[in-house]
Amino acid sequence: MITSRPTPSIFRSLDWFTIVLYLLLIMAGAISIYAASYNFDNASIFDMSAFSGKQIQWIGVSLGVGLLLLVIDARMYETYAYPVYVTMLMLLLVTIFIAPDIKGSRSWIVLGSFSIQPAEFAKFATALALAKMFGAYGFNLNAAAGNYVKALAIIFLPVLFILAQHETGSALVYMSFFFVLYREGMSGLVLLGALFAVVIFVVAVKYSTEVVFGVSQGEFIVYTLILATLLGMVLFYCRNLRMVRNVLIWYMVSMGLMFVLSNFDVVEPGGWFFIGVIGVTCIYLLIEYLQTPMRKLLITVATAILAMTFMFSVNYVFNNVLGAHQQMRIKVTLGLEEDLKGGGYNVNQSKIAIGSGGWSGKGFLNGTQTKLKYVPEQHTDFIFCTIGEEEGFVGTIAVMSAFVLLILRIISLAERQPTTFSRVYAYCVASIFIFHFCINIGMVIGLCPVIGIPLPFFSYGGSSLLGFTMLLFIMLRLDASRFDKNH
Amino acid sequence: MRKDYNLEKRKYVIIAFLLVIASIFGCRLYELQMSDEKYKESADINAFLKKTLYPSRGLIYDRNGELIVYNQPAYDVMIIPRDVKTLDTLDLCRTLNITPEQLRKRFEDMRNPHLNPGYSSYTPQRLISHLSAEDYGRLQEKLYRYPGFFIQKRILRQYNHSLAANVLGNIREVNAKDIKNDNYYQPGDYCGDLGVEKSYESYLRGIKGVEILMRDAHGRIKGRYDGGSNDVQPISGRNIKLSLDYELQAYAESLMVNKIGAIVAIEPESGEILALVTSPNYDPTLLVGRQRGENYRALVNDPEKPLYDRALMGAYPPGSTFKPTQGLILLEEDIITLSTPYPCSHGYINGGLRVGCHGHASPLPLKPALQTSCNAFFCWGFKNMVDRRSKYGTSADAFEVWKNHLVSMGYGYKLGVDLPGEGRGFLPNAQYYNKAYGEGHWSANTIISVSIGQGEVLATPLQIANLGATIANRGWFRTPHVVKEIQDTILPDELLEKRYPTIDAKHYDAIAEGMRMAVTGGTCRRANIPGLDVCGKTGTAQNPHGRDHSAFLGFAPYNDPKIAVCVYVENGGWGATYGVPIGALVIEKYLRGYIPPERKAMETEMLNANSKLLSGVKKH
Repeated sequence: MITSRPTPSIFRSLDWFTIVLYLLLIMAGAISIYAASYNFDNASIFDMSAFSGKQIQWIGVSLGVGLLLLVIDARMYETYAYPVYVTMLMLLLVTIFIAPDIKGSRSWIVLGSFSIQPAEFAKFATALALAKMFGAYGFNLNAAAGNYVKALAIIFLPVLFILAQHETGSALVYMSFFFVLYREGMSGLVLLGALFAVVIFVVAVKYSTEVVFGVSQGEFIVYTLILATLLGMVLFYCRNLRMVRNVLIWYMVSMGLMFVLSNFDVVEPGGWFFIGVIGVTCIYLLIEYLQTPMRKLLITVATAILAMTFMFSVNYVFNNVLGAHQQMRIKVTLGLEEDLKGGGYNVNQSKIAIGSGGWSGKGFLNGTQTKLKYVPEQHTDFIFCTIGEEEGFVGTIAVMSAFVLLILRIISLAERQPTTFSRVYAYCVASIFIFHFCINIGMVIGLCPVIGIPLPFFSYGGSSLLGFTMLLFIMLRLDASRFDKNH
Repeated sequence: MRKDYNLEKRKYVIIAFLLVIASIFGCRLYELQMSDEKYKESADINAFLKKTLYPSRGLIYDRNGELIVYNQPAYDVMIIPRDVKTLDTLDLCRTLNITPEQLRKRFEDMRNPHLNPGYSSYTPQRLISHLSAEDYGRLQEKLYRYPGFFIQKRILRQYNHSLAANVLGNIREVNAKDIKNDNYYQPGDYCGDLGVEKSYESYLRGIKGVEILMRDAHGRIKGRYDGGSNDVQPISGRNIKLSLDYELQAYAESLMVNKIGAIVAIEPESGEILALVTSPNYDPTLLVGRQRGENYRALVNDPEKPLYDRALMGAYPPGSTFKPTQGLILLEEDIITLSTPYPCSHGYINGGLRVGCHGHASPLPLKPALQTSCNAFFCWGFKNMVDRRSKYGTSADAFEVWKNHLVSMGYGYKLGVDLPGEGRGFLPNAQYYNKAYGEGHWSANTIISVSIGQGEVLATPLQIANLGATIANRGWFRTPHVVKEIQDTILPDELLEKRYPTIDAKHYDAIAEGMRMAVTGGTCRRANIPGLDVCGKTGTAQNPHGRDHSAFLGFAPYNDPKIAVCVYVENGGWGATYGVPIGALVIEKYLRGYIPPERKAMETEMLNANSKLLSGVKKH
């Protein structure tokens, strides 16, 4: 190894922008926890028995650990990525058996006076392992199907263990790694398909009562969507105008006929009609495929069939696979149920707290909703309420902006990494933050179902704070050594 | 080092995803925090328990400073239904001294949207009202056992005398209409009903205060909000001093026992009402407390209509008490002079019409006509005026002039007394007769009876008494009123201004003299009390439904009047039978303070007289 130039000192090459943002966020977090748990009689933010005091202790620990992570040689992370990952898997496995049952979840390991949640630390370990795999020389995700299997295995092993601990929220976080796979070459269709599935799910569940054209409103919308997708894919994806014309003619003839016949009460409209129209279109495309074998045609047909299958399974899944409280959370989010005392209580109170903040809020420690404990979990998952109530629109937008800024900064750091290992790791960090940001705030403001995951740096909890700190500081350490010439 | 620039572009997709989500969140936060007030209200309803602090209602005194109406604390059991947890019904019933059925009924009534339209499980609702002091004490001790329960202190009215219920009025719970019309009220509040309680409600009620307490999600009170700095202390209602003389009121009411009718006594100089009696009346304490509803229904259904204030609302033919107004109009319109005589041949006989009269000298001018209450004189005068085409053009125009003079004297419209429900009597106008008889098809003789206070003309006893005050003042009056002073405020101008009828003041002396002559040597001789110089006018109003009404209008003393009185006794017969003696006794009681022995016989007669036997009202 020949060094032509001395490597700049780590403190010169460290990304101070991220560090300042980090410090601001954890400070704002500690203050918010103090406000959320302020009880009119206990006074000091540093009271070590109160949540804010404990959080400040954890901030101290986190800063120490962060500093330690910066001191470690960057190469060590790549070298020990797999051992760390395997250790974490073991820890997760052990946790299932030794953790006490807390509200149905077995995810906390009690160590004397405090407890830790290994799931929070498994994130950075998984990110390291994933980065290590991608960083291997000549690795190309699309080169072999086996590569997908390996990547998914790395992602889903911890998910399995975490699901076994009954921590559905933490397990869902691992879905964020699909962003990384996308960035590293996975087809965008997977993300689009997922989006499509969400839309079908929402529509089918939300509009399942009213009947339109012989089918429920939701089914009607989904059928229409599928018909439009078929046409759209032939037009934009397969780029064949002749087929577009034929499909269009078929749509119009069949629908016109249906309209006239049903008007004269000859036939009753119903699901069979839509299935028939879609089916005939698919058969037509398959015949075209036999003449000109174009893979895109097959994908188009598969999409339509998958979408229909998905739609038919949605109701089954919703009613038979999801638990009662999960069904209720989804119904509440979709506005199907009020249930202000049960499943809708948290979100309703949370909306009231945030909504009552107005432009500039009620002032620090003056929030009545949060002080009077109307919002459960207000110092953990629902901490954003306190900000909304006491600091108002100004506060919520400021906090959101800080997160968006942090994530954008991480993405830009990721893209400037010279090694695939560092880039993939940084993308993992960005994706995890995106997921937490979207789900947590979306849940608090009633836009997505209640999924119990914390808001990074704000929600009370040592494991979560330490987990996010480690995630971020390993990335900072990798970034600081980007000028190293030894790769 | 491989770098795939095609893949690097994918960062924009991820960034776009983040920014789209963040923008959606931004919009949602804007909607929640900036554009929708309902969350703020919900937050306040959640966190603040606003406990109303009720002010003490203004006290009511009589003109001599005697306390008439005061307050007594009462305790209402309030609950916030949402916060009521498991309830030990039996224990609660024992504590409150009620049966479980009654308690269940109360809970049902409370939730019944018809009986309690403002029901909400989040706001305080009244479970039981007017708890006695002992029940209150017992509940207070156990209150900690009943989450969601609290006690609201209220006030009830107490009365030192069971008099003048028509003037005082009472208080009742507000209804949905009151709440809609005045945002001061909340369900469960009280407001004045009838009498000064109603007309001076805004002074008497004071200003409510509020104590803001904070409660947590479990409904536990966590102390005062912001150290009580946002609390508002209630401001007591203003005390009111009535113009009524309670001694006189009591005496006048006793004179009206077993009679149906009214007495109004006014201090001419000030327009202050000294006594306002309607008979039969009721005990104001009936309309206090838990039994109010039942008693109120009984009063409404009473065939004698005790809630109907005859002094203000009764529309009676004024009969001969109307004659002074006629004299004034004839003088003002130059139809007669003080020496113009009109013949009376035991009545007015003209154009095939005969209005009877009684034996007295004939022909006679105005003053003796008042003295003897000569019907013919006033019929002739009225005919000469209404049919004087040379002056007025048509009878209709002349009649309008006549009517307008009377309106200026307070007839035909409400006088504007400071009590609710005043009636306006009735004064026909030319149009009314045009409709009845056809335009140009009527003349003085068609409607001649109005000139002697019969026929279509109707007046309230208050209007008649006000005429007495106007004559006593020789040409002006002040709007009669029952309130003399309001604490820390002055009375409204319209109660203090002098009002001048369209009659020249110089004509009043003759009328007063004629009324004096009626007492010294005419129809009102029973009112001739030495030393008091009473002036008076009887009235015997024909009544198509039964016996004549007996009326009296008078004032005293002649030269420096201190009191003007109207007495009206339904079915009392001659004016001299009840009207004159009762009027005389009221005047003497007020001016002397006592009834001397020589009139004790008359007093006893009046106290014991019973005119109800002749009234035709059947009491069940």
